[in-house]
Amino acid sequence: MNIEEINHLAKLSSLELSTDQTQQISKELENILHLVDELQSVDTEGYEPLFHPIAMIDTLSQPLRTDIVSEGNDRSNNMVSAPISHEGLFLVPKVIE
Amino acid sequence: MSWHEKSLSELSKAISEKEVSSVELTQYFLGRMAQMKGLNAYLDVQEDLSLKSAQMADELIAKGLAGPLTGIPVAHKDVFVTKNWKSTAGSKMLENYLSPFDAHVVELLGVNGAGMVCLGKTNMDEFAMGSSNENSAYGPALNPWNHQYVSGGSSGGSAVAVAAGLAPIATGTDTGGSIRQPAAFCGITGIKPTYGTVSRYGMIAYASSLDQAGPMGKSAQDCAILLNSISGHDPRDSTSLARESINYEGLLGKNWITDQDLPLTGLKIGVPQEYFSQGLQEDVRQAVQEALKKFEDLGATCIPVSLPKTKLSIPVYYVLAPAEASSNLSRYDGVRYGYRAKEYKDLAQMYERSRSEGFGAEVKRRILIGTYVLSQGYYDAYYLQAQKIRRIIAQDFQTAFASCDVLMGPVAPHVAWKVGEKSKDPVEMYLEDIYTLSPNLAGLPAMSIPCGMSQDQLPIGLQIIGNYFSEPKMLQIADHYQRNTNWHQLQPATNSLVGAAS
Repeated sequence: MNIEEINHLAKLSSLELSTDQTQQISKELENILHLVDELQSVDTEGYEPLFHPIAMIDTLSQPLRTDIVSEGNDRSNNMVSAPISHEGLFLVPKVIE
Repeated sequence: MSWHEKSLSELSKAISEKEVSSVELTQYFLGRMAQMKGLNAYLDVQEDLSLKSAQMADELIAKGLAGPLTGIPVAHKDVFVTKNWKSTAGSKMLENYLSPFDAHVVELLGVNGAGMVCLGKTNMDEFAMGSSNENSAYGPALNPWNHQYVSGGSSGGSAVAVAAGLAPIATGTDTGGSIRQPAAFCGITGIKPTYGTVSRYGMIAYASSLDQAGPMGKSAQDCAILLNSISGHDPRDSTSLARESINYEGLLGKNWITDQDLPLTGLKIGVPQEYFSQGLQEDVRQAVQEALKKFEDLGATCIPVSLPKTKLSIPVYYVLAPAEASSNLSRYDGVRYGYRAKEYKDLAQMYERSRSEGFGAEVKRRILIGTYVLSQGYYDAYYLQAQKIRRIIAQDFQTAFASCDVLMGPVAPHVAWKVGEKSKDPVEMYLEDIYTLSPNLAGLPAMSIPCGMSQDQLPIGLQIIGNYFSEPKMLQIADHYQRNTNWHQLQPATNSLVGAAS
């Protein structure tokens, strides 16, 4: 995997990698991809993907609940761990100039 | 009194007969925890909080309102969010995170549920990604049998807490072996139930189609008791199964076939030949074979079976779990909670720097791999192909179960390794997961029980894999083994534990 590909992947993953890290990670990802390349050796013709183990046991359903309020407004508690907030709002750098 | 050697039912009896109060019991364990702090089993300890819940438990007991677990201490893996306690998932990203709510499991066991007392939050590999506990941002929990060795992962802290007598029982989670492998490495019992048995609500997500919580304790009996309290349908987890409740203690002590002399006459144990292939440490092989022999002495029959895709479970898992992780961990952006970088020039850089500084190396590797296998052009070849092989793996189990009741083999190819020994090469560490990954991929229940000691005096685990919802039978079988062997009662020497505090 070349440096350009790693940088693209990092961008897609919202990660910033230093030049040293990029080289190190490039080697590690190569090894991991080499490991997972074994998947290509299997003939899976006729097999459906098993996205979820429940499908082996039961019909996979996404039950819907009634559309009623189940939890009250807990704004201050929910914001306790915000890195920066102001008057009940999360602060982020300016997005629109 | 050596309270840390007592089973849950013995503790329950001692409490109800007023031999000990919850406060005394809690103080006892807090004392041991302080003494053996060097094992690094816990990430958050708050004595005042624990003692306060112990007092509340004692009040319930005085009023005659106690249930069987009321007042007994428990340790929670730090992957479960907890009100008033830190919930870091072993990551710097969540170093200061305070959850506004309790995870379902924590709620069920807490003051408004079973009445157990939280002793603290246990150490773990960051976001449950790892097989040695060395990926914890707060340093690894050390193996109490020899603190130069790893405790296993990712639920290493919970395994250490139980093995070293720093908690009577603990909660854990298992995505690819994270309950069973540390249980094996530390010489305790742990069970990962059928997918959907325990609610994932409030369990910090790693790979949602594989993650499942379960108990880690001193015996199959203790695990059965805790599993009774944490299982059941929860509408807040859409994958939580709505089924008739199961009594996990229901078959304990009963013979496999009622009117037989030997307890396990009629039990057919499938032994997957692939679990004894090259690369299995010799003393692990011997211990597992001796355990199988013991089961035969108890009346069971061993038959060879095949799980032909065992080796492929590694590439399948290391495509699917990172894929799900890359999606689950996209929530950490430094906006609403979690670590935010100090310096950035715009919003995009704030995301990137916060994530790069907040996540450890293994987490970043898995996010990158996951993003890669889900990206355009690679999705079919990696992600979809892995999901198809996953179905073949799940079907292979059903083929095996057509001729046997349970499967048995080793939990891991080796016993615990030395701290630092495998941390340089991620792939080398992944290969150690070969025997534990398949049950997660198929959603099957699987457990680990101690079955021997290596030449270096490190514990060896026997894995029992059952068919869907067969946990009561697995626990029954494991319990019969534990009634007839004493591997689960061995304890690390306390003087070596205190030494680890330096």
